[in-house]
Amino acid sequence: MLASESKEPYLAAFKRLRVGGTPSGPAWLEQLRQAGIANFDALGFPTLKHEDWKYTNIEPIAAQSYAQANGESKAIVGAEVFARGMIEADAPRLTFVNGVFNAALSNTADLPRGLRLGPLAEFINQGDAAVSAQLGKLASAEQQPFVALNTAFLGDGAVVSLAPGCRFERPIYLLFVSASTAQPVISQPRILLLLGAGSEAKIVESYLGISGKGYFCNAVTELIGAEDSIIEHFRLQQDSDAGYHVGTLDASLARGCHLTAHGVTLSGALVRNNVRVLLNGEGAECVLNGLYLADGKQHVDNYTLIEHVSPRASSLELYKGLLGGAAHGVFNGKIVVHKDAQKSDARQTNKNLLLSDSAVIDSKPQLEIHADDVKCSHGSTIGQLDADAIFYLRSRGLDVAAARSLLSFAFASDVAGRLGIENLRRRLDEYLVGRFGAW
Amino acid sequence: MLDIKNLHAKVGDKEILRGIDLHVGAGEVHAIMGPNGSGKSTLAHVLSGRENYQVTGGTVTYQGKDLLSMAPEIRAREGIFLAFQYPIEIPGVSTTYFLKAALNAVRKHRGLDELDAMEFLSLIKDKMSLVEMSQTLLNRPLNEGFSGGEKKRNEILQMAVLDPTLAVLDETDSGLDIDALRVIAGGVNALRNPNRAMIVITHYQRLLDYIVPDFIHVLYNGRIVKSGTKELALELENKGYDWIKSEVAALQ
Repeated sequence: MLASESKEPYLAAFKRLRVGGTPSGPAWLEQLRQAGIANFDALGFPTLKHEDWKYTNIEPIAAQSYAQANGESKAIVGAEVFARGMIEADAPRLTFVNGVFNAALSNTADLPRGLRLGPLAEFINQGDAAVSAQLGKLASAEQQPFVALNTAFLGDGAVVSLAPGCRFERPIYLLFVSASTAQPVISQPRILLLLGAGSEAKIVESYLGISGKGYFCNAVTELIGAEDSIIEHFRLQQDSDAGYHVGTLDASLARGCHLTAHGVTLSGALVRNNVRVLLNGEGAECVLNGLYLADGKQHVDNYTLIEHVSPRASSLELYKGLLGGAAHGVFNGKIVVHKDAQKSDARQTNKNLLLSDSAVIDSKPQLEIHADDVKCSHGSTIGQLDADAIFYLRSRGLDVAAARSLLSFAFASDVAGRLGIENLRRRLDEYLVGRFGAW
Repeated sequence: MLDIKNLHAKVGDKEILRGIDLHVGAGEVHAIMGPNGSGKSTLAHVLSGRENYQVTGGTVTYQGKDLLSMAPEIRAREGIFLAFQYPIEIPGVSTTYFLKAALNAVRKHRGLDELDAMEFLSLIKDKMSLVEMSQTLLNRPLNEGFSGGEKKRNEILQMAVLDPTLAVLDETDSGLDIDALRVIAGGVNALRNPNRAMIVITHYQRLLDYIVPDFIHVLYNGRIVKSGTKELALELENKGYDWIKSEVAALQ
């Protein structure tokens, strides 16, 4: 199928939703959607010819036809999805099943004044000024086809909004479950994270596939960090063997804002993670930590773009990949230092471990520097397990398989150790022990 | 306990060991000295089963069994311990975590129950004082960012925990200041007992002031060219290795 043909079902679906009139909702939202579909029509699905997509063929996603998510699914057991999604009991949380808000599995009780947490549709219906002002402003539908697609079908999702000075210590969880339905289903959640000046929050997006059937989750998150806000963002993604996932995080950091964003991909048939950070004010800082594990025929593509727009901002990026079977991993990380961004400090590292002869990694670090007084470095390594380390462990009594397991665990666990959320650090370590631990 | 007969080994195309004969009995401490490049470390690695060393001749019998046919981990479980000259750094795994896994692999092989976390912690606490190691060091990733002295102490700690029958110490003194040397030698001496043999490999006599061996062997050009008791070390200290080299040259 040609890329131009594969967009047709989406254009038709968009029209079908408008038979008998414009969908309900405010005019600004309809304008946003109309712009979204126009952009998607102009862009189409990306192909390998596109520089940012050259290692990932999204044909499997484009070729499949999906039903719109309606929330129907086999009974979801809260305890089960919370455990697998690494959600803390009693924590503030919103749960969505196939993109549809599930109030019974959500908890917004006892939140402090200054913290607002709820489904996006609710904020829109209530005419929330902050949401209408910010939604769609950051995530560029003009250049990103999957953002355009998400915007065209903008319906529900999550909003976390912190008033200036509001500091909330507990992690806030947003759980998105893709579950079995009769036919492959598409869900396109939209998440808006608004951090007021001097506010502080820890926000976890957990994507979980519990379906053996195919589905496509196309999630877009916009994160707007005002001056001096501190955000730890964690995106955990565990899609099923037949699940397709495109996840986008678009973040803009104002002066003195500090963002730590962790992206962890543990499974999924075809996964693309987009992370774009705008360092949009003096002294803004971002730390990006990534971990991607893939096996079998899985494909995981990590695209990151950090733009140093303002002076004296810093970025520190570490992405680690562990690939076995015939898996294909991609790290495509770009740092752009704009001409006014003097005294920028940008460091990027990508490390990959190949556990089998058939696993493949494409690593493409890119630096684009237009300022002259900056500190920038990047590095990429691709390797096998270290023979000296294996021998060291064997000389202490561990057999080869155990030594390999322990070293794989160690490689991945290093990223888990960087998490500032204790629950996730522990749960991720437990997961990694379960996945690699046969020593 | 250990019988090495006419052992030959090469690395790549280069023959390094050219006919080693050595008998080590239970409870004995043997020092192996020799100039650089004589084959000391090769001997240590061959005994521990390192793959890139190829044995081309001879036999090694350990407790009546053919050592050379055992995989490295089997040798470890059978009670052989190599203290590395350059211990490997492993980010992401704490010493405690790693050592518990190793000890349980060894215990399982010996028909003993595996230790749980609590039992292991009380065991390791006991052994830590032996080499003056702190708990914080044990919780850090294995050897990562450790000083030379800390790495070597960690080796001796591992030896104490794994309780070997034959310990091979490969240049354990290299890169140590005198205080660290004293601590490590103290730990090693505390682990001497009538059932445990040790092979101490060193370039310098200094270590043997602290770990006093029963026998000393001089390795040169892949062969043991001289054996004696601890007095031999003093002679080497005073005269260097050149007189050994001339003696060997005269014989040839």
